[in-house]
Amino acid sequence: MVGVSGEYNYNWFTWGDNMVKKNITGAGYGFNSWLQQRVAAVIMLVFALAFLVFIFYAAFSLNSSFSSWQNLFSYKSTKIIVQIFFIALLWHAWVGVRDIWMDYIQCATRKLILHTLTLLWLVASLIYSVSVIWY
Amino acid sequence: MQIHNRPKYLNLFVLARSMSITAKISILHRITGFLLFLSIPLILYLLHRSLINPDSYAAFYAFTSQPLLKLAYLALIFGFIYHLCSGVRFLLLDFHQGVAIKTAKKTAWWVLVVSIIITGLLGVIIW
Repeated sequence: MVGVSGEYNYNWFTWGDNMVKKNITGAGYGFNSWLQQRVAAVIMLVFALAFLVFIFYAAFSLNSSFSSWQNLFSYKSTKIIVQIFFIALLWHAWVGVRDIWMDYIQCATRKLILHTLTLLWLVASLIYSVSVIWY
Repeated sequence: MQIHNRPKYLNLFVLARSMSITAKISILHRITGFLLFLSIPLILYLLHRSLINPDSYAAFYAFTSQPLLKLAYLALIFGFIYHLCSGVRFLLLDFHQGVAIKTAKKTAWWVLVVSIIITGLLGVIIW
């Protein structure tokens, strides 16, 4: 919607009232998905940078044994952080892959099938990540 | 929906030559993102293998020490690091930083250079 000032306005309270006609795209209209993907990206960015620092540190301390690796993963805090990373990753991937299908697939049926397969893939990955991290 | 004015002849090389560096960075972000999406279960499987017990860790370590597999991992690492670097650039663009075309082209090259350097460093570590 273009507001009085000519800028793009997103009005939370007029949902369904004066929205444009909706097509089956499989997504909410715009802003929410965009913001969620960025927030998930920033969460992963912080964790990934911390992990990179850890990798470089571990590589130079020459202590890459199983016990130290397993010890790191025995802490609840590590498990929680890694689990949050994977949840952010799957959420981020959902928005991104859905964008790809919306951009390139025009047939609504095919799009719906691909969206469903993507969701199944991601939910399966989520369950797998829980079983791996909280073994 | 039928698209009528599609080009009849699509040559990828011609298309690539007509793309600016910023467009290439953008499509590479999408391609690496999709490949990373496909490799999520693989990453989880490797994490699983490395965590179960010392034997599986040793087997995992021996298995992943094959040069060809290391190259494959390096490709995966590059995909991740590249997606991360170009993602930071896109976040900055979202905040209207570096939108001017000259700056945008410069940062696009920086994304490539920085991600190759970090991948190289990680490659040195895993070798």
